[in-house]
Amino acid sequence: MAGAKEIRTKIASIKSTQKITKAMQMVAASKMRKAQERMSASRPYAEKMLQVISHLAKATPEYRHSFMATERELKRVGYIVVSSDRGLCGGLNSNLLRRLVIDVKERQAAGIEPVFCAIGSKALGFFKRFGGQLLGQATHLGDKPHIEDLIGTVKVMLDAYEAKEIDAIFIVGNEFVNTMTQRPLIRQLVPIAGEARDPMPYHWDYIYEPDARTVLDALLTRYLESLVYQAVVENSACEQAARMVAMKSASDNAGNLIGELQLVYNKARQAAITQEISEIVSGAAAV
Amino acid sequence: MAMTVRVDIVSAEGAIHSGPATMVYATAEMGEVGIAPRHTAFISRLKPGDVRVENEQGEQEHFYVSGGMLEVQPNVVTVLADTAIRARDLDEAAALEAKRRAEDALAGQTAKFEYAKAQVELAEAVAQLRAIEKLRKMKGR
Repeated sequence: MAGAKEIRTKIASIKSTQKITKAMQMVAASKMRKAQERMSASRPYAEKMLQVISHLAKATPEYRHSFMATERELKRVGYIVVSSDRGLCGGLNSNLLRRLVIDVKERQAAGIEPVFCAIGSKALGFFKRFGGQLLGQATHLGDKPHIEDLIGTVKVMLDAYEAKEIDAIFIVGNEFVNTMTQRPLIRQLVPIAGEARDPMPYHWDYIYEPDARTVLDALLTRYLESLVYQAVVENSACEQAARMVAMKSASDNAGNLIGELQLVYNKARQAAITQEISEIVSGAAAV
Repeated sequence: MAMTVRVDIVSAEGAIHSGPATMVYATAEMGEVGIAPRHTAFISRLKPGDVRVENEQGEQEHFYVSGGMLEVQPNVVTVLADTAIRARDLDEAAALEAKRRAEDALAGQTAKFEYAKAQVELAEAVAQLRAIEKLRKMKGR
């Protein structure tokens, strides 16, 4: 009988695919845990910096850094787009890029020109197809992104901001809600928003070495870099979570497919046996 | 019991150290500083070098930092450590590198020699060597 062998090879190939997706699911699960740890590990640094920065801003009100809330008319805006390097993670990147396209279209309708910075090869590939002015890129950050891989990319954007080539910088990345949910999010990076303006309870100030301005400049750059780093780490946690879910449903689908094929195979085998018996019986009757 | 100050050493990639200390030494921008408990509020940039934390038993712990910020308040000392070597020209090189990569990616070319990267690595190696040498001198005493 013709079908049985074909079906058997098909089942075997689906089984091996299922093994791969299952392995990927488990790898993603363990990587996700690590990425989440990295996410929480980077928080104290940024929090501490924000504390010091807001103190400095209050203590030296005469010096306003251009990164801090200044009202500029928006003409050109920069987007730092954080995506994953690899695919097979469900709709994570396409959702993110769709969200970006919607935002960019709105801004273009308002006469604001966008420029981009791509982090992750998926974003880079997107801009290759989509066009758009690309200022910088960083790809292949791996599972353990390092801040030094991001410094250059962030600096390109900050330089453009300081040179007044762009009037605001947004960071586009996925927000980790929980394992099942990741939400594409566009956050404003520069000018730093939401600065607390409450008066100090009593006046105290640091001794600065060498002076407040230098310290504040150094802090602000590092703070912004750490925000980008956090977005990258968060996105990598999202990537792993999305991959885990995608691979789980792929394994489940493979299981269903195998079940169905097994049924078809059994039927074909049974039909072949029945046919053979009837042939033998009719042959014997003829003798 | 000796007076102590809480010391937190954090970097962008995670917490490095946290605990009480009787004295903290660090290489600040304008020279080495020693911070005792109840030091007045102080903030400075750090140069690449080591941060020493002395605990109540008089033991010293060394941490190599490649730069960063030192923030002191009367009962807490925070070291915001950089994980990367930072200098204006190196940052500039990194920025140029990112730009060039973007251009390359769009033009579909590959870079030949990563000069900027080599420079950064070299600078880091030099700073680390300096810190090691200092450590050795201290041990020798």
